[in-house]
Amino acid sequence: MKIFVNGKEIEVPASALDKRIVEFLREDLDLTGAKNACDIGACGACTILVNDEPTRICVKRVKDFAGQRILTIEGLAAPDGALHPLQQAFVDCGAIQCGFCTPGMVMTAHAFLLKNPRPTREQIRHAIFKNLCRCTGYQQIIDAIEKAAPHYRRETKARKPAEPAIA
Amino acid sequence: MVKPETKCWRNDAYAKVTGKAKFTDDLKFANVLHAAPAYSDFVHARIVSIDTGAAEKLAGVVRVLTAKDVPGINRFGQIIRDFRIFADDKIHYHGDVVAVVVAETREIAIRGAQLVKVNAEPLPAVFDPEAAMLPGAPLVHENHGTNLINTHVVRHGNVEEGFKQADFIIEEKFQTQTVEHAYLETEAAVCVPRSTDGVIEVYGSMQHPFSTRRFVAACLGVALSEVEIIGTPMGGGFGGKDDTAAIVCARTALAAKLLNRPVKMVYRRDWSMRESYKRHPYRVHYKMGVTKAGRITAVQCKIITDGGAYCSVTPWVTWRSTVQCCGPYVVENVHCDTFGVYTNNVVSGAMRGFGSPQMNFVIEQVVEMAAQKVGISGIEFRRRNMVRQGSVTITGQKLDAHKVAMEQVLDTVLREIDYEKKLALCSHGQAERRAPSRHVDQSTSELAETVLGAPIADDELYGVGLAMSYRGVSLGAEGVDFCAAIINAQADGSILLEVGVHENGQGAESAMSLICAEELGVDLNRIRYRRSSTSNIPDSGTTVASRATIMGGGAVTLAARELKQKIAEAFCAKLHCAPGEVRFKDNFIYGKTDGDRITFAEAMREMWLMQRFPFAFGVFKAPHVTWDEHTGQGDAYFTWVYGCQAVELTVNKKSGKVKLLNAVAAHDVGRAVNPEMVRGQIYGGLAMSAGYALHEEVKAPDGKITTLNLNTYRIPRSMDLPEMKAIIVENPDPVSPTGAKSIGEPANEILAPAIANAIFNATGRRHLSLPIHLGALPEPTTCGEGCQ
Repeated sequence: MKIFVNGKEIEVPASALDKRIVEFLREDLDLTGAKNACDIGACGACTILVNDEPTRICVKRVKDFAGQRILTIEGLAAPDGALHPLQQAFVDCGAIQCGFCTPGMVMTAHAFLLKNPRPTREQIRHAIFKNLCRCTGYQQIIDAIEKAAPHYRRETKARKPAEPAIA
Repeated sequence: MVKPETKCWRNDAYAKVTGKAKFTDDLKFANVLHAAPAYSDFVHARIVSIDTGAAEKLAGVVRVLTAKDVPGINRFGQIIRDFRIFADDKIHYHGDVVAVVVAETREIAIRGAQLVKVNAEPLPAVFDPEAAMLPGAPLVHENHGTNLINTHVVRHGNVEEGFKQADFIIEEKFQTQTVEHAYLETEAAVCVPRSTDGVIEVYGSMQHPFSTRRFVAACLGVALSEVEIIGTPMGGGFGGKDDTAAIVCARTALAAKLLNRPVKMVYRRDWSMRESYKRHPYRVHYKMGVTKAGRITAVQCKIITDGGAYCSVTPWVTWRSTVQCCGPYVVENVHCDTFGVYTNNVVSGAMRGFGSPQMNFVIEQVVEMAAQKVGISGIEFRRRNMVRQGSVTITGQKLDAHKVAMEQVLDTVLREIDYEKKLALCSHGQAERRAPSRHVDQSTSELAETVLGAPIADDELYGVGLAMSYRGVSLGAEGVDFCAAIINAQADGSILLEVGVHENGQGAESAMSLICAEELGVDLNRIRYRRSSTSNIPDSGTTVASRATIMGGGAVTLAARELKQKIAEAFCAKLHCAPGEVRFKDNFIYGKTDGDRITFAEAMREMWLMQRFPFAFGVFKAPHVTWDEHTGQGDAYFTWVYGCQAVELTVNKKSGKVKLLNAVAAHDVGRAVNPEMVRGQIYGGLAMSAGYALHEEVKAPDGKITTLNLNTYRIPRSMDLPEMKAIIVENPDPVSPTGAKSIGEPANEILAPAIANAIFNATGRRHLSLPIHLGALPEPTTCGEGCQ
């Protein structure tokens, strides 16, 4: 079985098919950005993108993702390490405190802005509803997502719809 | 002055936003074993035997540890040594750990833990703190002789006389609930025996590396120097990662030491919820006397709190409640009795606010009730009684060593939220306000559209409310309060900094770096905050009590001044001036004129050649505080902070659902070192208080917690919160070397009473218990309960 993670094709060994995908990413691929904080899909800290859809993966198995396109937080910055504009906005707006929810929050926001690059603050608030943060009260996270939105508007103009978000 | 580019700066932002930051569970070590705790289903029982046989036989289990395996001390505590690393004689609560199963994988360790059987004789249990205080109640710790953990008092003036002077008495009983910190990252530890020298390295999620080191060393029976706690990013703490987190590290270290292999233990959410200590639930009987002129004449209060099965920091938490039992008001006659009590419930311990959120919930409603009796506004009542410059607190402390900014923050919030206009729009009391005797030049709905931006829907009731507090900064007379910093400039002009405070996620390392750069007049990018280690820097206490910026920042400033002195002495001749005339700015070191200068980097290289170390060790000791435990009098804290928060909300008439519309907070922080992070603390504090007011409650029928995960224990989500405005007020504190004071806890101690007051202003109903449950509301009346 194959999956595509951050633009790379990964051949999944048969022994890993029944593993929880969050553990496969974290342990086998060393992509530890997605966190496991509740094990039941209640907190959103494990959110990644599967075919551009925000997906909470702590309750899902590797075999559920055959042939799917996965984007994790590690795949969002440019290959040279330059931050994605959304990540830069999180930094600039003070949206990061302890940082444990940050990867899941950024991925949820990324998926949302790909679909809706002209959101109101209320729509942003609604979009991150499933991601828990105990530090920030979400205020600066919403500021950051709002600040990053113009980048997605430019991207949408430049690229015709339905193009994959990853290389 | 804060430079624009450093309004929001974090040394760890890049790592955290890219997923590269390595939290404890993200760390990998070869040959690592995994551990899991085993619990029993008892809440109070005498242990007969612990059967680990079945677990030991499970394939992949390497060892099962119990109290018998502890070579050092099995009992620990910061105040009373009653916390068991492993349950030995008794089970005291449902979260007691009887064994730790160590296995080749985490799954096997968890399966093994389920096979551990405890044979025990159940004992009568006690869950109600008042019942626990009665004679004949089952004793949680028999050799303690009583269930009373501690008492505190305030004896100030003469309350009998005070009540005689009163025209009105307000007397109510309040209750607050048990709540969970709900840090996103659960307790976790990886412990690694170092092959070269046998030192146990501990990487873990904890906010007190030095107490963790004490727990670990005592448990292992080794010297403090044989344990090294290495700084690891922490996914939230909020006061909750002290005792329990340290014990998780101690158990993991024991496994690593005995098996001579790296061992990782990462808590599942349900273990964390079950075992970790919580915010103290309070019962407060409060009586206030006031005159017709709106002056408080006396306060008598009795505070009882459930400390749970172990002492933890109950005496310190209740001390703050006692010192601050009258809020920021001058009261000449006070009689306060506080009791911390053992029960068989989950342990109560430190949580952001530390005994103040409970008391402020009481006080800030009582002042509004008192104002109503007197017939003046809550704001006017506060103005007549609040502390001002030179006021004497209820513990006899004169507030004259810093700017008393109570009225300043109150006025700031009133202005920002347009309080007076909004108060007139509150649903409760509309009928009176519309009475013909009152001149109303605009209809309420028109006014609502102008002031609120939208009319109030027919099925909603609208309210605005506020609350304010003052708060003693840092530990006060609770404990030893000093902190160290090391600045080690390198021969190329780069700088290594380390401070004895811990990065809890709040941005402590960033604040320390900003303070260092500013004091030395160098760019921030020269400064590298060292990965912290308990082997690098002296024990500077715990990163609690909102003390990191004031204590750590003080130490950095003093270290930087010492470093500048050394540099000045080395270069004053070359710069043609006296040492005292040397200036540090823009990466240069200047003499009297701008022509006499040397770059910071050149200076560091020359010092190396002169064989002089540009190295400094700074210590900031908290100014003197005093306390008399018998009278509850003294200069309890060396300085104070002032905060005010207001909230607007609607209450649905049918469902009772509360919707927060807007929140405004103003806090005097002394000086904002990293302003956007200060705002982040305020927003986060508002959010946590909103959860405290409306949603959060640890439910534990018969001592067994049922709210074991984040689906049943409901912390605020984005949709539960309103847009918030955080206003920073700056009055640099003369006793703080940086001028900065505190914000972490002040931000999290007053929104719950503000919400309760706003709900009253919407519905006319007072809620004296937390969390506030409204349910369906009766038809609105012109005057609700609590009215005369």
